[in-house]
Amino acid sequence: MTSLLVKLGDMRSATSGTITLFVIVLFVSTTLASLSNLLLPEDSAFHVSTYTITLLGKYLCYAMLALAVDVIWGYCGILSLGHGAFFALGGYAMGMYLMRQIGDRGVYGNPELPDFMVFLNWDSLPWFWLGMDQFWFAMLMVLLVPGLLAFVFGWLAFRSRVTGVYLSIMTQALTYALMLAFFRNETGFGGNNGLTDFKDILGVSLTEDSTRVTLFMMTAVMLALVFATSRYILDSRMGRVIIAVRDSEARARFLGYRTQDYKVWLFVYSALIAAMAGALYVPQVGIINPGEFSPINSIEIVVWVAIGGRGTLYGAVVGAILVSYAKTRFTALIPESWIFMLGALFVIVTIFLPKGLVGILQSRLPGSSGGGKGNANLGRASS
Amino acid sequence: MKHLSITAVLVWIAMAFASVSQAQAQSQAGSDTSDLEPLLARLVDASLSEAVELIPQLETQGGRGILPLFTAMFDNSLAVDPESMTFYRLAEDNSATPVYPPADASNDEAVQLLPTAADELERIRVSNRLRVLLRDAIARIRLFEGDAEERSIAAAELLSQMGEDTVLLLREALASEEDAEVREVLEVGIAMNVLVSDAPDEERLQVVPTLHGRLEAPVRNLLNSLLDPNGRNEQNPEVRAAIEEANAAIDTRIRFYGFIEELFYGLSLGSVLLLAAIGLAVTFGVMGVINMAHGEMLMLGAYTTYVVQLVMPGFITYSLWVAIPAAFLVSASVGILIQRYVIRYLHGRPLETLLATFGISLILQQTVRTIFSPLNRMVVSPEWMSGTIQINPVLAITNNRLFILIFSLIVFFALMMILRKTSLGLQVRAVSQNRNMAKAMGIRTDRVDALTFGLGSGIAGIAGVALSQLTNVGPNLGQSYIIDSFMVVVFGGVGNLFGTLVGAFSLGVSNKFLEPAVGAVLAKIITLVFIIVFIQFRPKGLFPQKGRAAE
Repeated sequence: MTSLLVKLGDMRSATSGTITLFVIVLFVSTTLASLSNLLLPEDSAFHVSTYTITLLGKYLCYAMLALAVDVIWGYCGILSLGHGAFFALGGYAMGMYLMRQIGDRGVYGNPELPDFMVFLNWDSLPWFWLGMDQFWFAMLMVLLVPGLLAFVFGWLAFRSRVTGVYLSIMTQALTYALMLAFFRNETGFGGNNGLTDFKDILGVSLTEDSTRVTLFMMTAVMLALVFATSRYILDSRMGRVIIAVRDSEARARFLGYRTQDYKVWLFVYSALIAAMAGALYVPQVGIINPGEFSPINSIEIVVWVAIGGRGTLYGAVVGAILVSYAKTRFTALIPESWIFMLGALFVIVTIFLPKGLVGILQSRLPGSSGGGKGNANLGRASS
Repeated sequence: MKHLSITAVLVWIAMAFASVSQAQAQSQAGSDTSDLEPLLARLVDASLSEAVELIPQLETQGGRGILPLFTAMFDNSLAVDPESMTFYRLAEDNSATPVYPPADASNDEAVQLLPTAADELERIRVSNRLRVLLRDAIARIRLFEGDAEERSIAAAELLSQMGEDTVLLLREALASEEDAEVREVLEVGIAMNVLVSDAPDEERLQVVPTLHGRLEAPVRNLLNSLLDPNGRNEQNPEVRAAIEEANAAIDTRIRFYGFIEELFYGLSLGSVLLLAAIGLAVTFGVMGVINMAHGEMLMLGAYTTYVVQLVMPGFITYSLWVAIPAAFLVSASVGILIQRYVIRYLHGRPLETLLATFGISLILQQTVRTIFSPLNRMVVSPEWMSGTIQINPVLAITNNRLFILIFSLIVFFALMMILRKTSLGLQVRAVSQNRNMAKAMGIRTDRVDALTFGLGSGIAGIAGVALSQLTNVGPNLGQSYIIDSFMVVVFGGVGNLFGTLVGAFSLGVSNKFLEPAVGAVLAKIITLVFIIVFIQFRPKGLFPQKGRAAE
């Protein structure tokens, strides 16, 4: 009994240890980058350009998205190939708010309607655009729409015990259907071109360096919050059940747990993280279009997690940042090679590195903790 | 005396024939070309107004034999070699096909002149007046001397140019016509004329039933115009009622054939889905893994067709027969390689298999993009695949879709036979029902896995050959089919080929019936959402496999 308590205590401290370490690394690096952008002169060797800040902000959004996938895949064995959909929905909600902020500065100068609606000869805002000019309402929608979709989808799927590859392909079909819908002009979200040409957010111009840095810092704060919350949830009693579901859902069910409830709520939680990532992503990159719904985007997220290492949370963050950085570099150098490399990464990681980069690290440093404990069973869990 | 009277009767009969059916007499004259030569010689040098006089004479003398020459002239592509007095039809690529004198058996092999030789030919000019004459002459020749099908087409064409002359022509033709179908068309033409003439209302009322349910466009136009207050606007209420009834019958028939057409397009889409999904059904059913590179097997098959056509450009007609086995081999060997070197190491980890095969699909796509360029490649359809079958004026079926529909069924039943009747099939079914038990019974599951994967991928390759005849061949060809095929397999029930058949056709048909109502994209979305919801309620699909494996 005492040994168990000691063990638990160890785990708690180890947990808070990883959180602290993660937060420190994140904040030191982001603060340094921000300060050097704002304070140092442009010709200084240590100056970080606004372009880099935006790029880093983008990576942090991806990291959040990867975290969302890791929460359900690494800890609950649900492989979602449609998380890009929640990301994009959050992004669209933010994009709609930013669209309304343009006001009469658009090409057609219509104070009420965004340009693409004027172009389509619409005479009034569709009902789902109403209220999106209020920031609080838009933020509510950022969470509500993807959350509701995840709830309905998850509730239906988990209740009827759709698991494994079935669930994966269903999620892929979901994002594919949404992509088709958003590509249509009549759906009312700008069709092919999506939403873009944003001017300002909460009254401040989006092109200002200070706005960029603020958004970047906001993303870092959100990432840290989400990381800590996820860590807390997964280390709680609920987290234990979730890991039990991953390792053997049937056994957990026989023990009396309503496994589908755990899965639904975790799925919704994960979708909310993805949606927030999307909402932070859009003002930084300045565009959201239906391409974000494409199945390949969602599957790339999964690769970030697989490369970083599943079931550790920080592995997902590391994986997302590394792979995105590699993508930026290689598509700039030899555009053709990136797809080959990405394809090879899929194969190599799944065959040779089932635990990802973090797995290598853990095997080098025996005694380190984290989510590694459950990893032994990862393979079987997912079937 | 007796002798003389018999002769007189014979002469009389002969004269009667000649006068009743002038045209038939003409056809006999047509075989005798001697009278034609001077006329044709005059045509070569004739001015446009002289030619106008020559056409009727040529028609009476030339009969059916002059038809190719007339049509060439009508199309403004008639040319003559003044030395040999041979007439040619000039094609757009400047090649020439002789149209007169009729090619005899010895040099029947469609003597095509080289494009340069066409320069020595003299073009024969036509005016609009000439073309009107020619059109009528062509119609007359066809109507009186063609075979049943030609006569029926000629009569149908005449419907759109009804006038007093045409009616006389139709009445004349009706007198000698024996084919029931052609007679019907002729009667329709006459009825149309009566309906717009000044004939008494009773007579007009009588002819309306002839037009009942006719699908020819001129009939529909005439009836609509008669009912239209701004058109001819029929005054007599009785006639009007009859016309309305006839029109309603036409509408019903058109709706019916519209339904048949949609059904056909639905079945055609279903056949494509079936071809795409059937290979996946085998691999997924047996091994429980999704091969995300399955779509790329389709793509490889389509590109194999392209390469085969590059290698044998002169034999496009036979290219598909070479491409089918070639595509099977290419895709099957790639499939076996994937199974041997990737999937085997991920046994029992379906989600990882999904990811790894997705990586392979990316690599295959990019490889094809690098070798063949990212642009779509053109795959030629052999002649027997192109064209349409015109079933009636409102319903046409394209040959390629029909062939692919039949082809998909052949592939399906062939696969069914393999699974039912061969020892490999028995092993495959055993492994798909209960892998461990099959293993315990001495089945080499490794080998079965590899062969199944080869079989499934090979069939996908064959499907690619069929797809190359319907859509563009590009690196992204396969990508769009993976979700669809998986939906079909899941909808039909995993491990059940018959379910895949039903699933493919029902999804194809329902999609095509939704399309006119909501548009193509929304129809697809609705179908996807329907399956997503459907799976929630019947996770095992329409026809669940009755296995004994524990869940």
